[in-house]
Amino acid sequence: MKGNEAIAHAAIRYGADGYFGYPITPQSEVLETLEELMPWETTGMVVLQAESEVAAINMVYGGAACGKAVFTSSSSPGVSLKQEGISYIAAGELPALIINVMRGGPGLGTIQPSQADYFQTTKGGGHGDYRLITLAPSSVQEMADFVGLGFDLAFKYRTPSIILADGIVGQMMEKVVLPPQRPRRTDEEIARQCPWAVTGKPASRKRNVMTTLELEPAAMEVINNRLQEKYKLIEENEVRYQTYDTDDAEYLIVAFGSIARICQKAIEEAREQGIKIGLLRPITLWPFPKDEIDRLSHKVKGILVVEINAGQMIEDVRLSCHDRIPVYHFGRLGGMIPDPQEVLDAFFNHFPEANKQ
Amino acid sequence: MDKHEIIKEENRVYKRPKLLTDNIMHYCPGCSHGVVHKLVAEVIEELGLEEKTIGIAPVGCAVFAYNYIDIDWIEAAHGRAPAIASAVKRLMPDKMVFTYQGDGDLAAIGTCESIHAANRGENIVIIFINNGIYGMTGGQMAPTTLEGMKTSTTPYGRRADLNGYPLKISPLFALLDGTCYVTRQSVHTPANTRKTKAALKQAFQNAMNGLGTSVVEVVSTCNSGWKMTPAQSNKWMEENMLEHYPLGDIKNTVKK
Repeated sequence: MKGNEAIAHAAIRYGADGYFGYPITPQSEVLETLEELMPWETTGMVVLQAESEVAAINMVYGGAACGKAVFTSSSSPGVSLKQEGISYIAAGELPALIINVMRGGPGLGTIQPSQADYFQTTKGGGHGDYRLITLAPSSVQEMADFVGLGFDLAFKYRTPSIILADGIVGQMMEKVVLPPQRPRRTDEEIARQCPWAVTGKPASRKRNVMTTLELEPAAMEVINNRLQEKYKLIEENEVRYQTYDTDDAEYLIVAFGSIARICQKAIEEAREQGIKIGLLRPITLWPFPKDEIDRLSHKVKGILVVEINAGQMIEDVRLSCHDRIPVYHFGRLGGMIPDPQEVLDAFFNHFPEANKQ
Repeated sequence: MDKHEIIKEENRVYKRPKLLTDNIMHYCPGCSHGVVHKLVAEVIEELGLEEKTIGIAPVGCAVFAYNYIDIDWIEAAHGRAPAIASAVKRLMPDKMVFTYQGDGDLAAIGTCESIHAANRGENIVIIFINNGIYGMTGGQMAPTTLEGMKTSTTPYGRRADLNGYPLKISPLFALLDGTCYVTRQSVHTPANTRKTKAALKQAFQNAMNGLGTSVVEVVSTCNSGWKMTPAQSNKWMEENMLEHYPLGDIKNTVKK
């Protein structure tokens, strides 16, 4: 099935309570699949086509405030609209899942794939000091798997997580093993797991108020410090990445999402020519696998960062290795996808000495 | 008969609702918000919905409504309360969900969310405080500011050719198939206050009975924003606001 369809199936099976979305190419299959599957008849999951992305993300904010497992999906221009609500969800320390199946921008841009929302997602996007746990799937299987992982991390840390997929992973079809069906949590389980949840105030507890407003600067600083401490904990514990052929590598390619698979093919071709390139694929873009890149930068002669954007993740790669070695970027823009040969050509262009061995 | 025989619980005809907290309200003296808060608290108590009611607070003067009524609350981003209320009600259909919004929140930045929640016929109550001005941010023009009315962003008075017309949004709600009850009330006299309470009660009952969206507009005063005394404000509201925003039911599809 398609990556977008896998998300819909995986969410129902996770026991999600609600989905709120708005159509936009190339992710509309998430909403379409959910409407077709009618989970409200089976698990009781709510599915609602909202009037806008702004409304959809605020529905997620409301649902998350009730302790429910709720999510939304969109594509780049729509995710720009969601930034207000994402900032509120992060500020409210609410668990929620957001999915961005990226298309090319800026502006209305193109409906073709892109990775140009890396900065928006990993550096903030909305207002204020907050972070999003960012998962970058490179296969349809990971689209399905990261729904559960994203929800689990969101509830573990009470913070929003986002699946940052490119349009390729959303649209391509692959075999996928779906997780088993789990029941939705009961009201009692939610009250136990989320004592902060807005559920209607029983006489036995104080009222629960979900607010992100604090006008007293000293108190607001305490809230901000608490957020930062949580983000530090996530950076220490939740870094995820995958490496290929890095043990003997003399050069390194860093790429995420579907582009990492194109780079993997390029590396295989290079190795046939005796050129030892390794690949590091960050799975979490935030927290970023900076320690592993730092470690590898002591072993390799140079790094090529391949992204379908104008050079965004390269900044984190350079920070990770402290510019110890040359780091170059190769990317295509506007919805163009490089093939493995183009990646190799770019590699040899930046590292001509590699070809002379 | 001495006073101790008179002052007995069974003889009491009026008291402060239990749901109102002891927090001192930040509203200006003369503001309508305090009265409407009290009515909402009374209605929740009288319907026995204390444990079921979830309020969605706006951005505006009522942003701190959650400090005054002792129920669970969600504080919304500016204008988004009806979207939040829609999700909360759908995820927990047995709860009583209401939004409490001012004119800027409901009829300017949140017009889209308000109209669409009502058009979906969400089983929620929208309480709409219309005082024709942005109180919280210091008295700027609202969508419902009357023509000629001076605000900090219309210092020479609102002009239709520059600023558009004062928005009558409740009749718009009444046009939607999703609304069952749209009414416009006020709280500037005891009689009007009683009518507003009855309207709120019906609206809450409609929501619990799953009849669709109910909208209760309360034409209100903002004496500090209007630069008047509370008494002057009530008079000005009666003479000016009520002409443009006449009181009474605009739509009521619910058989009594």
